[in-house]
Parts: sequence; structure tokens; C-alpha cells
Amino acid sequence: MTAPEATTAARHAEETVTSVAGVELRCLQRGEGPSVVVLHHSFGNPGWLPLHDHLAAACAVEAPDLPGFGGSSRPEWARDVRDLAMILGGWLRRRHDDRVALVGCGFGGWIAAELATMWPEGLSHLVLVGSAGLLPGDGRILDQVLISHSEYVQAAFRHRSAYEAVYGSELTDELLIQWDIHREMTARVAWKPYMYNRRLVPLLGEVQVPTLVVWGDDDQVVPLECAHRFVSLLPDAALRTVVDCGHAVDLERPIELARLVRAHIGAS
Amino acid sequence: MFLSYFTEQPMGAYPDDEGLKAGYTSVLFSNKFFDPVEGSRLYQERLAEYRLAEEVGFDGIMVNEHHNAPYCMQPRITVWSSILAAITERVKIVQLGNPLPTYDSPLQFAEEIAMIDMISQGRLVSGIVRGAGQESICLNANPAYNRERFDEAHNLLVKTMTDDGPFAWEGEHFQYRVVNPWARVLQKPHPRIWVPGVFSPETLVWAAEHRYPYISLNTPLHLTGQLWEIYDDAARRVGYEPGPENRGYLLRVHVQDTEQKALEGAREFMWMQGQFTGVGHPYWVNPPGYGSESRRLMYTKLANGLVPRSSAAPFEEQLRTHEIVAGTPDQCIAALRVVLETCRPSILMLWGNDGKVDHPDSLRCIELMGREVLPALREIGDELGLHDPFELDTPISLRYTPPEELAARA
Repeated sequence: MTAPEATTAARHAEETVTSVAGVELRCLQRGEGPSVVVLHHSFGNPGWLPLHDHLAAACAVEAPDLPGFGGSSRPEWARDVRDLAMILGGWLRRRHDDRVALVGCGFGGWIAAELATMWPEGLSHLVLVGSAGLLPGDGRILDQVLISHSEYVQAAFRHRSAYEAVYGSELTDELLIQWDIHREMTARVAWKPYMYNRRLVPLLGEVQVPTLVVWGDDDQVVPLECAHRFVSLLPDAALRTVVDCGHAVDLERPIELARLVRAHIGAS
Repeated sequence: MFLSYFTEQPMGAYPDDEGLKAGYTSVLFSNKFFDPVEGSRLYQERLAEYRLAEEVGFDGIMVNEHHNAPYCMQPRITVWSSILAAITERVKIVQLGNPLPTYDSPLQFAEEIAMIDMISQGRLVSGIVRGAGQESICLNANPAYNRERFDEAHNLLVKTMTDDGPFAWEGEHFQYRVVNPWARVLQKPHPRIWVPGVFSPETLVWAAEHRYPYISLNTPLHLTGQLWEIYDDAARRVGYEPGPENRGYLLRVHVQDTEQKALEGAREFMWMQGQFTGVGHPYWVNPPGYGSESRRLMYTKLANGLVPRSSAAPFEEQLRTHEIVAGTPDQCIAALRVVLETCRPSILMLWGNDGKVDHPDSLRCIELMGREVLPALREIGDELGLHDPFELDTPISLRYTPPEELAARA
């Protein structure tokens, strides 16, 4: 896979700001149909992306900046990933009377999984993409603290061309500052234990939500074994691996992921 | 003047070519290169050197703490402080400093320093620091809350030392249903607290606002004027007039009988690839949330290789700027006069031996410092009016400053 799929994004998403628990949450949204909410990685949401666009062809897509990330304000009091999940839960309840499909990528997948254990009745479907949250048995989740920002984000891609399609070939000041703010917010809630929660394991069995687990077959950030673990712990989950793809399936193979999500929620 | 001896306690017996090969000497630099037989030998040598430092007239022995690195064999500052409490009789034990935010139990730390103060019969100076960024990684203490944890641990420490227990502590980062340690500091209201640092404006202001002396760690001499300006402004804002008694300076000094031998030993200060706290990747030195907001872009560019890492100035340049002082006693006295005239500290830490300087040379350096350099420094100090907090019996903190002193300035 060398040709990036990131060139067809529409640039006309609507921006909203919603206040929840003292946090101003910014969200980009577009489209009509069943509601799909996409939660981004620990390195943030670069904007309205091809994935959002391809989903928006058949769905009402919302892509919020997680609390403390991007255009959302920082909850100074939050100390745990569950705190972020609770804020997101409040945000969803404020905006939706009906159930929504929740798609979480990487760190955002962990938040989605936590939210699903707290509020399964609010979710029509769950999609976990290279999701953090579980401690691997053999491998390790790549530790961003021990490497540079750019090394970490690049490690999320199988192909350099796909990385450059999203971020370009230059590291701009604005990008670096955003990455550093996101890294700090991640540390505030996930420093220790890093990127997993042992208390999540027994709770996943109660999540009666149709779940699709999607993983790049060459994920260098969260080992593929975690995908199998999610599938075995969740009562109604199936795994789809994306070949020749890294951790950030949403950024590297957005069309394929959108197709999988739409099929999963019946919005094909 | 208060004159203290210091060594980083280098693990000089590690294969430094491996450090060069790795490109770093901290955090992930493997401890397979640490030889405990050599480590044991080096610890025995340090014991003898510290005893000699007391014997030849130093006022204090400074100890510090670092982790996962060959440049420092002190991973727990209170351990060496305890040893010094037992093997010395007169010198102050100067901790510069205790990395408070990296400790998960400030209460247990308070117990340890109370023990040290009692065993040493009131000779403890308990400095406190935020800890270098990489210590947060090595001890897995969240760097994003480093400053919050520092403030809270400090407040808890002071309360534990000064207030009768039992009391409860319900903080943001530390909670204790009972604070009531049966170990209490001998010095009242509590041992002096000094704050070391390289040049963080926030820490300078914090130290000045508490009236804790700031010990500048080998900050280039030409920058010390700016440094004291920040401290002095903050001091005056809270109501007292700062002076040399608020100022300390640590610098690298190696004395031998001949200039040639002194220069040879002083070159060992360049041992850690020229960096005095070893070489680490910038993203270890400045982990998430650790640095000032105003420096976020600069540190992030550094972390991502967009600006070159600063490398140490060449040895000869550091000699010229007095960041390193080396020579015979007379040569060192002349250079140190310039340092004292420029920086005007009343607290001077002489970092004597580093790298692979061997035990006999370390002992000789300490002996020459004690017998020849220290008396001359005391004379220069008197001449320049550099009187230390003990000589002047200054208040230990702003909290313990007599109200009339603050009122007089207001």
C-alpha cells in the first residue's frame, strides 16, 4: 500500500462546543443517518479526516476532541482514563436521545471500552481500532514516554507515505505543540499503569453491545494479541485485521475502516 | 563562608566506551555494565574521603541523588546522609537535594530525615528539589504533576516537622489518615531547607518566596547576575532584603600539587561525554508536563531533533570561564576569588573529584583544599562580606521571619 487514501476529505464539517462537567468539548460533525462517534488516538485528532468523510456519506458523524486535547479544554481534576470516559458519557447523553455507535482508535479505543462498561445501554455498536486498555501477555504497548513525539506518531503507520499524507513531511511548530499538549494530557491520566487498566478485564464481559475489533496486521504500538483478548473478553465481538497496515488504521486505511464500520452498523 | 565538599560519587569503573556506543548514559543505559565488586570498592573509598573532608576543615558534605546512571552512585540520598550522620562528628550533612515529587511517601521521608537529624545531633540541612526530568521516568512518578507534588510534599514535610501529631493529611496527591511519626527533628523549628537548581525561574522565585537559600548548580558564572536578580526581586516582593546568605554556588574544582596533575584530574569532569549529569535524550530530560509552558516549543523541538542538543563547552573554555577551576592551591584560590567576586555566594560547594580520578588523588585534592584553599576562601569571604546563614543566624524561612523584619520593609 503506497498510495495514501487521505486526499479526498471534505473540508466542510460543522464545529460545535459543548460544556460538560466544566469542560468545553469541541466536536467536528457532518452527515446524516445513524449516529457514529469517533474517538481519536493519544496524539490527537488532526481535523476532519477521510475516515470521517467516508462515514459521513451514510452516517451522522461526530469527531470530538477528547477532554484536554485539541480544541477541548483540560479537566484539571481528571486523574484517570475513566474520568475522560465519564465526561464523554455526559457529552453523549447531552447530545443524543438514541443510542450511538462508538468507534475508538488506540487510546480513544480504551476510553470507548471504559465507556461501554459504564453505559452499554447507550451504545448501539462498538468498534475498537488498535485499542489500548489491556495489558498484553507477551509484548509491550509502545511507550511514548521513552521516544520522541515524531517517532511515536510515525510508529503508528506501516507506511511513511500514509503518515505524510496526514501530517506532511515537515514538523511545524503548531503540530509539535499540539503533540506535546496531547502527550501531557495522556500522561495526566495514563502515566501509570501505562495504557491499560486491570479493572477493565472483568467488566468487559458485561458489555452486551455488538462489537467489531479492527487491527492493523502490523501494529507496532498495541500488539495484535490485545485484539484477540478483547474478542475473547467481550460477549459479542468479532475481529477483522487489515493487512499491510499499522496501528492507526483510521489514518492509514480510512476507506477500508469506514467500509467495515458501516457494514458493522448496517449503514452500507 | 560555608564551605562544603561534594562529589557526585561517580561509578568510574564502568566501561565508558559502552556509553559512547549507546549515545546516552542514563535511564536505559544497561546496568549490566555496573560491576558491584567495583561499586563496593568505590563506596569504601568515598567513606575515607568524607572522613578526610571533615578532618581538614570543610563545614559540610553535600550529597545528592540520581537514578539509572553511572554518574551518580547515590540512588537514595537519605542512605548516605545516614551513613554520614554516623561516621562524622562535626560537618553539616547537606542534602541537595531530596527529589520530593518522586517519592510516593513524603511521610516516610520525613521520618528518615528526623532520624538523620537526631543521629547527627542536629547537623542536617535538608535541601529539596523537583528532581531532574529523567528521575520521574526512573522512579515512575508522574512528571505532569511534578510541581504540584513538590509543593504538596513540601507543605506536608514542614507541617510534619513543626506540628504535633496526630493529624490527618488529605491532599490532592498524598493522603494519610494519621500523621504521627515517632521520630522528630532535633533542630527547631526544623532543619534548614536549601533549594538547588540550574536556572529555572519558577524554582528561583519559589525559593525566594520561602526565604530558602538557592544553590546554583554550576550555572555559568556570567549568568549568575541574572539569576540573583530574579531571586532578589521575588525576595523583596515578599518583604525581606536578600543577600549573600541566600546564595549558594556549586562548581567543579580540582586541586593538586602541580598544575599539570591538576589539569589531568580536572579533565575527568568531562568524563560523562562532557555533560555533568550524563547524556540523556531530551524527551527523557523533559518528560510530559515537566517543563514550563513558556519553554514547551523549545523543548519539543529539541526532543524531535529540530534544534541541536547543546554540547558541553571544551575543557579549555570551561577553565577560562571558571566553570571548572583547576591548578595548584594558589592558582585555584586566585580563580575562586574571581568566582566569589562575581557570584557573591556565602555558601560554596566544591565539587572535587569526578570520573576516574583515583583514590589517592582524590584524597590529596581534599587535603590541599582543606589545608590551603579553605582558609584563603574564608579570608576572601570576610573581605567581601560573604556571611553564611549560620554565621548570621538568619531566619530559616519566611514563615519564621520575625514580623517586625517584614514590617520594617513594608
